[in-house]
Amino acid sequence: MREIAAQQITDTVRRLCVQANCHLPRDVRERIAASHAGEPWPQAREILERIMENYDIADRGDKPVCQDTGMACVFLKVGQEVHITGDVAEAVHEGVRQGYSQGYLRKSVVGDPLNRVNTGDNTPAMIYYDLAPGDQVEITVAPKGFGSENMSQIRMLRPSDGVEGVKDFVVKVVEEAGANPCPPIVVGVGIGGTFDKAAYLAKKALMRPLDQRHPQPFYQDLEAELLERINALGIGPQGFGGRTTALAVNIETCPTHIAGLPVAVNINCHVTRHQTEVL
Amino acid sequence: MAITIHTPLTREQARCLRAGDSCLISGVIYTARDAAHKRLCELVAQGKELPLEVRDATIYYVGPTPAKPGEAIGSAGPTTSYRMDAYSPTLIALGETGMIGKGKRGPEVVAAMKEHGAVYFGAIGGCGALLSQCVKKAEIVAYEDLGAEAIRRLEVENFPVVVIIDSEGNNLYEAGRAAYLESLGE
Repeated sequence: MREIAAQQITDTVRRLCVQANCHLPRDVRERIAASHAGEPWPQAREILERIMENYDIADRGDKPVCQDTGMACVFLKVGQEVHITGDVAEAVHEGVRQGYSQGYLRKSVVGDPLNRVNTGDNTPAMIYYDLAPGDQVEITVAPKGFGSENMSQIRMLRPSDGVEGVKDFVVKVVEEAGANPCPPIVVGVGIGGTFDKAAYLAKKALMRPLDQRHPQPFYQDLEAELLERINALGIGPQGFGGRTTALAVNIETCPTHIAGLPVAVNINCHVTRHQTEVL
Repeated sequence: MAITIHTPLTREQARCLRAGDSCLISGVIYTARDAAHKRLCELVAQGKELPLEVRDATIYYVGPTPAKPGEAIGSAGPTTSYRMDAYSPTLIALGETGMIGKGKRGPEVVAAMKEHGAVYFGAIGGCGALLSQCVKKAEIVAYEDLGAEAIRRLEVENFPVVVIIDSEGNNLYEAGRAAYLESLGE
């Protein structure tokens, strides 16, 4: 059995926290550039230009793209043939602690939701574990800002609401959010499973590259139709009007109960950050 | 063509600005987010003195990242403003004339802006690295224990903003979206 030291996980998480916050993934930058090319509204084009300029300044200067360097969402896909020596969760938290301190990132976590005292080191991380065949560990760090997280919603639809009910709910969530989540946004949609599973799928959907569509044609069409409807709302970049309200709609699905149709919508701002390394 | 604003911003000047105006702000502005607003309003309720001069002040809703050595400030873009809605009317009544943030405001804030003469500016959300270049100096004036949420005195130069809601209640989010949608019908 392959052994991986917890220290390696700490080192990787530390590196990924800094990289993810200062360097946006290629697919996001490409979608912004493509949206700029297809944006008919002059004020909207101007905003998109400033956004691209900001990405470049951050990239060149190793600066955080956004001051909300988020809660550190850490996805671990652990191979069943791997033995990790040490405490995995503590290794991840330590990586976040080091990354946020050494990388000059903002500490945005309070230790209790009601008593609200800052933990001072951006821990704890939100950790999601997956077991998988093989002898590797895949680590994804996705810092999640709360301007967009706050605009997310979940709804337990009735099966009779069907695909039209899903579409109406997703569009309604985006319209209600308006300018608040820093459009252009990325819309993660989780359909099916249980109450909590749908929310998890919506978050997972935000990890998928923006140029990668759902594997099933039915859901590819649904993603395209939802993007079209959202971009017909006219909210535009920053809510000042325009076509580019969303960069992509990513849907993840799961089997569900005969009585249920859970739908979760997790919104991300244009600073859709995630970096992955495989150990 | 952008309008140049030198702070402090008087109520008379604030009343001249219109939704959709692009402005470049230079001078002193203060930072405050949820936690600092809560403390300021608690002081007001107790009749105590505030740690900053609110009259004619512009408050920027931001919690910057830590400055690296040699930098005035880290990344410093706006946070979502509606979380300050519970507190803004109190500060506007005391003379706050400018608010910088992003996103929608509640009717109670707009009513206070109309009554007293104040303006709500938007800075581009998610552009913290770009906006930090306009901040020349930053120092903490209160609530250091709040870390990123402490109140800071910023000296800014040509800080780019757009008037989202003016003192007559005109709203760029509504007007901009309507104008774009109307343009599609032409």
